[in-house]
Amino acid sequence: MFVAKSIAADHKDLIHDVSYDFHGRRMATCSSDQSVKVWDKGDDGEWHCTASWKTHSGSVWRVTWAHPEFGQVLASCSFDRTAAVWEEIVGESNDKQRGQSHWIKRTTLVDSRTSVTDVKFAPKHMGLMLTTCSADGVVRIYEAPDVMNLSQWSLQHEISCKLSCSCISWNPSSSRAHPPMIAVGSDDSNVTYSGKVQIYEYNENTRKYAKAETLMTVTDPVHDIAFAPNLGRSFHVLAIATKDVRIFKLIPMRRESANSSGPTKFEVQVMAQFDSHNSQVWRVSWNITSTLLASSGDDGCVRLWKANYMDNWKCTGILRGDGSPVNGSSGHAAALSAVGIPGAAQMVVGAASAGRYFFPHLDSPRAGSRLAHLLPPPSLIEQIYEPDPSHAPQLRQRHAANSIIQPAEHD
Amino acid sequence: MEEVDVEPSTTLIPGAGFHQKHLGFEWGPGDLLVYETNYKLQGPRSASSPSVHVVRRDEDICSPILRKLFNESHLIFVGLQKIKEDVPSKNKKSQFVSISKNYRSVIRACMEELQQNAGKRSPDTHHVSILLAIELIWNLCEVLFIDAAPAGSLLLHLLDWVRLHKSDVDTRAREVLQSDSPAQHQSYWDVVISLVLQGRTDEARQVLSKQASLRAESSSVFKRMDVLLQNMPIFNPAGTQTLTEFDVKWRHWHEECDRCLQDNTFASNRHLETICKILVGDEDTLLEQRELLSTWYHFLVTRLLFTHPTIKPPDLHYYAQSSMNMFLGPRASPEPLDIILLSAFEFDLHQVIKDCSIALNNWWFVAHLTDLLDHCKLLQSHNLHFGSNLREFLVLEYASGLFTHHSLWQLAVDYFDHCPEFGRVYLELQIERVPLDTERKAIKVLRICEDRQMSEQVRSICKIMAKRALRNNRLGSALSWSIRAKDAAFATLISERFLQDYSNKGFFTDLDLLDNLGPAMLLSDRLTFLGKYREFHRLYGEKRFSEAARLLLSLMTAKIAPRSLWMTLLTDALPLLEQKEVIFSVDQTYELMSCLEELNLGTKDSNQTDQDEDIESTKTELLRLALARNLAMAIVKEGTIET
Repeated sequence: MFVAKSIAADHKDLIHDVSYDFHGRRMATCSSDQSVKVWDKGDDGEWHCTASWKTHSGSVWRVTWAHPEFGQVLASCSFDRTAAVWEEIVGESNDKQRGQSHWIKRTTLVDSRTSVTDVKFAPKHMGLMLTTCSADGVVRIYEAPDVMNLSQWSLQHEISCKLSCSCISWNPSSSRAHPPMIAVGSDDSNVTYSGKVQIYEYNENTRKYAKAETLMTVTDPVHDIAFAPNLGRSFHVLAIATKDVRIFKLIPMRRESANSSGPTKFEVQVMAQFDSHNSQVWRVSWNITSTLLASSGDDGCVRLWKANYMDNWKCTGILRGDGSPVNGSSGHAAALSAVGIPGAAQMVVGAASAGRYFFPHLDSPRAGSRLAHLLPPPSLIEQIYEPDPSHAPQLRQRHAANSIIQPAEHD
Repeated sequence: MEEVDVEPSTTLIPGAGFHQKHLGFEWGPGDLLVYETNYKLQGPRSASSPSVHVVRRDEDICSPILRKLFNESHLIFVGLQKIKEDVPSKNKKSQFVSISKNYRSVIRACMEELQQNAGKRSPDTHHVSILLAIELIWNLCEVLFIDAAPAGSLLLHLLDWVRLHKSDVDTRAREVLQSDSPAQHQSYWDVVISLVLQGRTDEARQVLSKQASLRAESSSVFKRMDVLLQNMPIFNPAGTQTLTEFDVKWRHWHEECDRCLQDNTFASNRHLETICKILVGDEDTLLEQRELLSTWYHFLVTRLLFTHPTIKPPDLHYYAQSSMNMFLGPRASPEPLDIILLSAFEFDLHQVIKDCSIALNNWWFVAHLTDLLDHCKLLQSHNLHFGSNLREFLVLEYASGLFTHHSLWQLAVDYFDHCPEFGRVYLELQIERVPLDTERKAIKVLRICEDRQMSEQVRSICKIMAKRALRNNRLGSALSWSIRAKDAAFATLISERFLQDYSNKGFFTDLDLLDNLGPAMLLSDRLTFLGKYREFHRLYGEKRFSEAARLLLSLMTAKIAPRSLWMTLLTDALPLLEQKEVIFSVDQTYELMSCLEELNLGTKDSNQTDQDEDIESTKTELLRLALARNLAMAIVKEGTIET
């Protein structure tokens, strides 16, 4: 891994969340400076800030994108006890010329009486639904019945979790076999209340969310929670950030009778548990295909976890700050544009520091390095095949064919 | 088999970890965003402006020359998947060997290109060293596993392998032979011995002849060596000679060499003496040639050539292990490449694949090699019960990496197609993330999804495109995308926008689309109306008045037109009613009249202003008048014809 580029975010205070849009061409950042910024990736691969506006009257904890089927829509939540929905409108022509876009507030959700700690859109197959959770222990599910009118949001469900809520995650499975399901984590520090992760499931008959499971083994504060993509499996995988990283497997148990209306019961298994962060873990998140899990903790590191084909989990990478006081003052000329680092040079540094390269570099051959011998001079490559007439024609023929077939250029 | 614990690599994030304690992150399609933050919200707040860092995972994907490797090996991979199960396994083997060679020649071609650029860009030399190692391992695996050469041929293949990867002999040989006096060249004897070490006796004799012609006094000794080299038996797998016959012949020759040594035949020339010792396979002499051999596996192959030319595959590992120990010495620790080659000599396929995936930073090699070995049914016969899982695991990893690239993702589709267990789900998850920058690209992605009946992804892509087109006020494009998405609600909405647009401007846009809706217009009632209403306008424009009139009327009587538009439709009927010739028949006129009355009964809107009401009532009066006059004319006309 290597740092390809660094972008001066130009927030006046701590960044609390960065969120990619569905296609990875835009990102949103939010900060204690009460603002949200939207960044667009240009054709040149550079990031440009195209909008920056004050969103709340307190620290903005989280920002998240709706699925592009619903347009260009953001939701944010804040210490100011509200969550808000924002929509980009196609701006005036002079806005476009300046490379700026215009976002307008569609709604403010004011039902919480305490800080709104997390905001997530539900999976798109459920329609346009937004979920919030707050320090007062309530999960709220809102719906925009008319996707063309984002100023109308109705509070569909209020789930009282009893404990201060810090994070929520929807089960992304769109299988008919799995009713809508949401996991809620609590950062209540009182260890006598056990079960800091609760799982709620939608019941078609009662049209309500009911508690399906409490993970009783999780007794320490939970800071983040993430369902993995389902991959067509019958079970669910849930990652939790608590005093360590934990990965749970939730296997739905067979219902006793087909028409029983109670919530699904699960067999809960711990698939993996890592305490390498030494103390609190604050964030966990899966990549698109859930082949990698990333976690961030008190050791100041982001760690990447990966399972091999036999489901053995291992740490495969660590990201750590170099501890240098690089000070990107906001008045600096480079502050607004992305700070590009020459890619080629960086790749070598990255490769060398990665330590995964067991083969020595050729540009600095060590004494007795075998690879120096392995390396034929360019003029000889054609002749290499000569000594053995039985193999040579085939290899060379194939080679000749290769140079004719140019790699197809795709876009 | 316990896995070796490898320390995970650490990547340093510049400028982070000084002001704040934590690193926040966000997954992207091909990268990870990392930023400094503080989750505890205690202590000093940062006064500095924080940065967001883009961390990329797979640097190899970015290299333009490796892209060629990916493109071309993709073709070979797809070809391999097409090899039929029912081909007799004997014919298959030669196919697999030729596929293996194709893969290697792609690696070679890539190396060649990288080397030409090596001077210009430093990362390339690093790629070259990796490719060299890959090719070396692959070639050995091809000899041992895919070709699975039996005793006799095995050593010949290993010799080819060593010759191919220790080719600096050729350069030096040419250097010597092209010099003014080859026999005096300082590398002369090195070249002769190197050629002998590789079993290239004919070439060695050629070079030796340069010396022999110079030294008349010792020509008999040179002659003797020439005969020894000439008589060295080489196994010919294509010939009729059996392995036992060859062995007898070889032993005879070996005794002959030994006798020369005992007789001190070459005592007058220490170089020839050395060569003779090599020919009898004297290990100490061979080890003295460490510099010329340069690797333990060259030593292994040379040692076998002169001591056990009929080595059987199962015996290889013993000689490999001992050769490595002898060559590297007791204190040297073998490098990963050594371990990998040794595992191959031990026929431990699983270990080779595992060590390669740890030592190499890209999945290209392990994915393709494992796939090929799996096709050769080698993973099963080596008692790995998770064989197909291992293959799929590696191919999925490789394809996922390809998907992060803006153009290579299309290659990945075929790899996913050939992963029976998770390939489809991975493809579904990845393909919907492909940025739909242009309509052309969207159509490309769409076709891939349609070919695979991925209906949910097809719907979603069309919906995204429809939504985007609507946002940019491109109604025609929005409509055609929502028709493709079969999204009735959205089609209704856009149809309404079309009608609204029409009532504002007085004409329709996107006529091409509207005139060619065909059965697609049945998607939603409003769309049906839009299509039919446009058809009415077209008929009217073509002066096909009676058809136009019939259509207009049916729009109301069949309740296709929304009630709110009836007045517009009736107003559209006015010019038809005012024509000189009679267009609406008596019956049709009655129907129009009842529509008008039905409308007047229904719409007593209390919100209407007096002015609006005035306009409405004037319109109604005008219509009634026109209808009455048309009725009169129609009665007269129809009466006339009947009589």
